[in-house]
This record gives sequence, C-alpha cells and structure tokens, in this order.
Amino acid sequence: MKACLFCIALLLGGAHAAAQAEVFERTLANGLKVIVKEDHRAPVVVQQIWYKAGSMDERTGVTGIAHVLEHLMFKGTKTVPAGEFSKRIAAAGGRENAFTSYDYTAYFQQLHKSKLPLAMQLEADRMRNLNLTAADFAKEIKVVMEERRLRTDDEAHALLQEKMMAAIYQQHPYQHPVIGWMSDLELLTVGDAKAWYGRWYAPNNATLVIAGDVKADEVFALAQRHYGAIPKHALVPQRVFIEPAQAGIKRMVVKAPAELPLLVMSYHAPTLHSPEQDWKPYALEILAGVLDGNESARLNKHLVREQQVASGVGAGYDATSRGPSLFTLEATPSENKAVNDVETALRQEIAQLVNEGVSEEELKRVKAQVMAGEIYKRDSVFYQAMQIGQMESIGLTHRAIPVMLEKLQAVTAEQVRQVAKEFLQDDNLTIAVLDPQPLSGKPKAPQGVSYAH
Amino acid sequence: MRIKSILIAALCCIATAAFATPNIQHWQSASGAKVLFVEDHDIPMLDVSVSIPAGSSFDAADKSGVAGLTHHLLDLGAEGLSEDDIARGMADIGAQFGGSFDPDRASMSLRTLSSATERDKALDIMARVLQRPLFPEAILAREKARVIAALKEAETKPESIADKAFQKAVFSAHPYALPASGEVASVEKITVPDLSGFYRAHYRAGGAVVAIMGDVSRAQAEAIAQQLTEKLPTADAPAALPAVAMQIPASEQRIAHPASQSHILIGAPGMARNDPDYFPLYVGNHILGGGGFVSRLMNEVREKRGLAYSVYSYFMPLKQPGAFQIGLQTKKERADEALQLVRNTLAEFIAKGPTEKELLAAKQNIIGGFPLRIDSNRKILDYLSIIGFYDLPLTYLDDFTRRVEQVNVAQIRDAFARHINPQAMATVIVGAPPASADKNGAAK
Repeated sequence: MKACLFCIALLLGGAHAAAQAEVFERTLANGLKVIVKEDHRAPVVVQQIWYKAGSMDERTGVTGIAHVLEHLMFKGTKTVPAGEFSKRIAAAGGRENAFTSYDYTAYFQQLHKSKLPLAMQLEADRMRNLNLTAADFAKEIKVVMEERRLRTDDEAHALLQEKMMAAIYQQHPYQHPVIGWMSDLELLTVGDAKAWYGRWYAPNNATLVIAGDVKADEVFALAQRHYGAIPKHALVPQRVFIEPAQAGIKRMVVKAPAELPLLVMSYHAPTLHSPEQDWKPYALEILAGVLDGNESARLNKHLVREQQVASGVGAGYDATSRGPSLFTLEATPSENKAVNDVETALRQEIAQLVNEGVSEEELKRVKAQVMAGEIYKRDSVFYQAMQIGQMESIGLTHRAIPVMLEKLQAVTAEQVRQVAKEFLQDDNLTIAVLDPQPLSGKPKAPQGVSYAH
Repeated sequence: MRIKSILIAALCCIATAAFATPNIQHWQSASGAKVLFVEDHDIPMLDVSVSIPAGSSFDAADKSGVAGLTHHLLDLGAEGLSEDDIARGMADIGAQFGGSFDPDRASMSLRTLSSATERDKALDIMARVLQRPLFPEAILAREKARVIAALKEAETKPESIADKAFQKAVFSAHPYALPASGEVASVEKITVPDLSGFYRAHYRAGGAVVAIMGDVSRAQAEAIAQQLTEKLPTADAPAALPAVAMQIPASEQRIAHPASQSHILIGAPGMARNDPDYFPLYVGNHILGGGGFVSRLMNEVREKRGLAYSVYSYFMPLKQPGAFQIGLQTKKERADEALQLVRNTLAEFIAKGPTEKELLAAKQNIIGGFPLRIDSNRKILDYLSIIGFYDLPLTYLDDFTRRVEQVNVAQIRDAFARHINPQAMATVIVGAPPASADKNGAAK
C-alpha cells in the first residue's frame, strides 16, 4: 500500500550492480533528470518519480510529514479532483503506489506502454498543483495513525527496531521513524504538509525513471511536454549530519507481547561515497553474504543447523544510503536457549572471522550469486528502475551500478577479514533484546504445562 | 468533457484489446506427469516448478503438520546429498531453490542460469531432492522444534490468531480448516515414518505438474520433465477431498488481545477454481474489495472515514471452494463502527450488485492491465503451474480478457447471491473492544 519503508529495504537489500547498456539520460532545462531504461520484452512501462526528500530531512516535532505528504499526493489538484488520480490510472489498466524512506520519497505507475502519456500528465500535475485541504488532511492523518498502529505499535519486531534506531543515533535524524512518532502525528497540520510540499516538490529535486517497452527519444519528448513547463525553484540546502562517534557499547531491552525473544546487534558502518575509490563498503557487502547470503552461509549453518542454538538468524548491510549505515546481526534463541547463548555464538562467529578470515570457496560462492543475480534482475523491469532511482536519489548516479558490480567481484578474502576487524567492535555496537511479554499481562506459565487457549 | 473523452477512448480499447500471450506447449511425460512449457530465449536463465497435490488439506486432523514438514524436509537431505551439500551446491552456481505450500499444493521451484554446467547441476540436485528425499531423524527433530517455536510465536500475533479462528469457523471439520504448519500438539507427535509414508502416498508422478519457462528447447524441456519425475513413487491416487459445506451458521467470535487495533475477518466458503461463476465473482470482488484504492470497501472504510490503512476482500479459489474473506484492522475504539460499515457495504453490494459505471471501471482496469500479468518469466511460470494443476484450458490466458469483457451486472448480482449469504457468515474480531470482549474467548 502507500508507504512501504521496509519493503524497499528488502527489495534493495540484495541489490548489486548491473550492466547498464541501454540506459539513457537527459536533464530538462528546469533541472528534472530523466533516465530511460529500454526493455522490449513485454508491452509495458513503469514510471517512477523520485524526490530527494525523505524523513531524514524532517525537523524535530514534525516527524512523519514526508510520509503523510506521500499519502496526500493521492488527493486532488486544481484540475484532477480528489480520488480521480487513482481512478484514472485504474481505468488505464494501471497499478500504482508510492513509498517513503529515510532518504527519499517515490511514486510509481505500471501500465501498458500506450498509457505513459496519461501517467506523465497526472504525475506532472501533482508535482506542481496539489490542492491540500484541511478536510483531506484530517481524514488521511487517521489512516496514517492506523498504519502506525498496524506496522509498528502492534508489531514487536518493528517496535524493537524503532526503539533501537533511536538509541543508535544520538544526533543523526535516522533516530526518528519514517512513519513519525505518534505524538507528532497527533499535532501535524495541513500547514506542515503545505510547507513540506513547497520546499521539496520541484523538478530540480527529482529524478524521473521510465523503464520498459519505450524509445528513449520519445520519452524525452514526452517528458519535456508534460514536465518541461514546471518552474524550478531554489532549494534549501539539505543539512548534513555527522553522527558523533560512539564511545562504548550500548545495551537495551524492549518488552512487547510475543513468545520468542530476539537479539539484535548493530554496528556503525560506512556507506559508499566514491564507487571507484572505496573498497570497504564492498567488502562489507561480501561479508554479509558470507554470513547470511544463502542457505549454506555461516550463520544458518553454524547456529541453526550445527549448534542448534538459534531457531532463526540474519545478517544485513546496505552500502547505499544518504546517511550512515549499520552492519546488523540478529538471532532468535532456540527454545531451551537464552539470548546470552546466541550473543555468545554470534560473537564466536565474529572472532572466527577476524582471526581466520573467510575461505576462497566462500568468497567465490557469494560472487557467483551476485553474478547470477545480475542475470535474474533482467526479469523485472520494475526492479531495474528501482535500482536506478535509488542510486540517483542518494547522491550517486546510475553509472555507479556497473562499477559496483566490478568492485564486488574484486573483493579479496583479506579485505573481508579487515572490515570485520575494523567495524565489528564493541565500541561501535548497540545490542537490543526483545523481552517477550505474555498477552494477558500475567507471568508466563511454567515450562512443561501444556499450551492451550 | 475531458473526462468523458478519456472514458470513450478506453472503451474502444477494451473492445479491441488483443495482447500477445505466451505460446504454451503441453504434453504428458513418460512418467505420467503433466508438463507445460513456454520457450523463451531472451534471458539466459531457466525457471522450473513441480507442483504436487500434497498440501495441508491432505493431513489427518490428529497429524496436522505432516504434509508441511514433508515438503519442508525435501531439501534437507537426499540420497547421496547432505543438507549442506544441497544448500552449497545450489549456492555455488547462483541457483535459487524455493517452494510454496498451500491447502492444495506442495511446490518446489528452481531458478538457474541456463548455461549447461549450472543448469545440469541444479537440475540434478532438484531431481534427487524431489525423488530421493531421506527425512533424516535428527533433522526432523531440529525442524520440529523450529516449527513449534514459530507456531507459539504465531499464537501471540493478532493476525495469526484471527486467521486460525476464521478458518475453523468457515470450514469446521473440513481439512481446509487445518493450519498449514499444524498445531503444537500434533507436530510434537510427528515421526520419520509419518513423513516417508505421506511422501510415498502423495508424491506421485501421476499427480505432478511440471512447469518450465525460459531458455531451453522443447527436447531439453521434455528431458527435464522426465528427469524430475521418473523416479517419483507410484501409488494409487488418494481419495478425493470431502465436499465443503457451503452453508455455515452465522457466528461472531470476540477474542481479547492487548494490541491497539482490532483485527477483523468476515467470510464464508466462496468458490472453487473451476466454478462456472469464476469470472462474475472475480470481477464483482474487484469492485467490492479487490481493486486496490478504488474498491468500494476502500472508499467507504479508508477514503471517506479514515478507519483503516488496509481493507480488502478476496476469493481464494481452490480445488474445493476456498474462503471468501473480508479483512481490516482499526483501532479498538472504532472496531464496532467499522464492522457495521463493512457489513452494510457487503449487504448492499449483494442486494443491488455493482453499478454499470463500476463494472466498466473494473473491466477497464482488469483488461487494460492484462499485459502486466504476463510481463515476466516468473509470472508466466506461475500461470503455467495454476493452469496445469487446476486443469484450466490451455487457452486460459488467450480467453482471459474476453471472459472478463462478457461479465454483466446481472451475472455478478446473481453469482454473489448464490455464493455469499450475508446472514450466514463467520466473523472474528481479535483485540475486540474492551466492553464487548467475550471473557471466554480470551486468547491466552
């Protein structure tokens, strides 16, 4: 549905590089960058517009406004009444949605290729002419609060993540949830939405990505026709936050209704700034692959299958974001094990990485998956467009995509060992534990008593 | 005026819509398996799935979970291959091994590069996993513990509690009520002979459907289908499922839960995959609650009143009639208001049917969006599997837009009236409003 922070993390989590042979780009006079990826396998097209404004650009007290505005973009404009946007896209056989992340906000439609002009006309219209009313705002903010209850307040793991991010970042705005704190949602006004829209929704703060069965020259002409007349406007420079160095381990506990505990360990980690020069982010990507990139990867093999200390494990790292990154390990203890046991087991894995490194065989396996993923990616035009839009929106360009693929292939076993040693250190670490609470609020039944409703 | 001309243009488009559909080849393998194949060399990769009628509805009630664990353990040890050999073998060549499991079907799927070295290695592993699984004792013990942990976790989640109570209320003693992964008590009892016995009885070549999509020739596809099924067990077809009782008593369960929202499910037995009313019900449901942001339920519940983030309705078409289900989540204080609104919306839709304008909009969306249904190898593979498994005509995709176009308002009203009785539906509310929560229904 509208707004999907975590899906995007999933979609992009395994994102690696691409052969960008048929990518064309042009920037309109008003600053709108248009990127076209031709793919003629099916008579369909996707339009995505990416605004370089996400929740990290919000200020204290108005958290959630980026995402609320994303919802309001489906209300009316001067010429397209409320509800009509979705109706017209639907009548054209289209599918549509939008998502907001820490770093950006994006909108998309998938349709038969003949319907691209309609999609462009509607998307260009709401870039400039959105009609924000107090009545629409009052209804939509309730929907967003329900979304928050559904996805965060009543979801133990999401709640843990929200509280953990607030503990990890002392200054950086990643400490605030994309959906916003409930007490901010309760106080937001249509004026806040208007201010946000006025500040960030401009052609010179956006990237238009069109992928599918189209010709680049025709797309550029269409884009000029529909978006070309929208004036650029002066952009407030985005504040760059430097998160102060962490000076020692942080530990926290979150109590929430659940059956199983969960342990999450997050280490501060760098992001990719110079695709040609950097090597550590690539080594960290490969490290995540060695730990959790496939069924035979270390965490699953050692903790779940051999030691049986955990019933589930995970490792993750994303090299591509506007702000700082994290390298995260997590584990759910097996029934007769405790969170201390999985912490010890995860720490043993780290020690082994630092002391013994990774084998050439493991390295080769992770790289084989990256290469195969490049081929499989061609089956999804939408995903290819996503990758381009995301790269452009975080301050890199789509041209970095093939570079990243090459650089990943060049990572050595020694580099993987080095990044493990440099970043997986306690002074960099926040550990959060989910302490499961019984639903009734009463103490849990002693073990051995049969489980019944 | 501008709106009108858009409508007219779209209408013309409907009448003339003719999209190229994939050329489906079909044969029966010497093993007895049914094969559907689309040859496509655009991308050097291959997708294969094998579907078996061995889903959760084939479980015995007191051994609920056997079907799921049988499916789950297939790739955790096969003749000559440890679980690690299987995982490593697939990872080394960048192949993706997956599966799906529902009340009817147990499926295994493979995506691999189509170059001979990778393809042959991946298919060799898949063939052994499907046809020579070992069900090792120690691995079963480990996986049972993991399944039980996940079941206990699910029993604390409002959406899982609601779903379980809902399936029970809709299907009663019919096996469609059985949970996919079983129950804590039944899983605890499962043994290796349960799995191997289930495997021998149900994983028959004669029941298997092989779907192949991608960069191989017809001759290669024939060899692949045979390789993946020739050593499957031979057994007599199991007895057909009992019929689903279509009329259920009206019921309402209110289950306490500390969540801030109430999770509401409303429904009844709906339709089978081969129901002659499939298209009127499908198109009608698109208007009621299946059509995303423009459906009636979405409009009433979310757009007009801000009562929920997500509200939907759907039919789950299975061999026997699966559930018709409406779902939403709203804060506790407004749960009764939302429930009444949904009931009124459904009752009015069933009494009066959609308007001509709504039907036109639905057809424009479904027909105009048809190319999006078949725009990737992955999506086409899924259609091949469904067409084969449910014995749909090979021309299903060619006929699809015409069948949608033929639906009229009277057919929708008539089909809904015969299938859905708003006076005889199951309602489940988990996290019910405090004043109305049934004390006996407390979850835990």
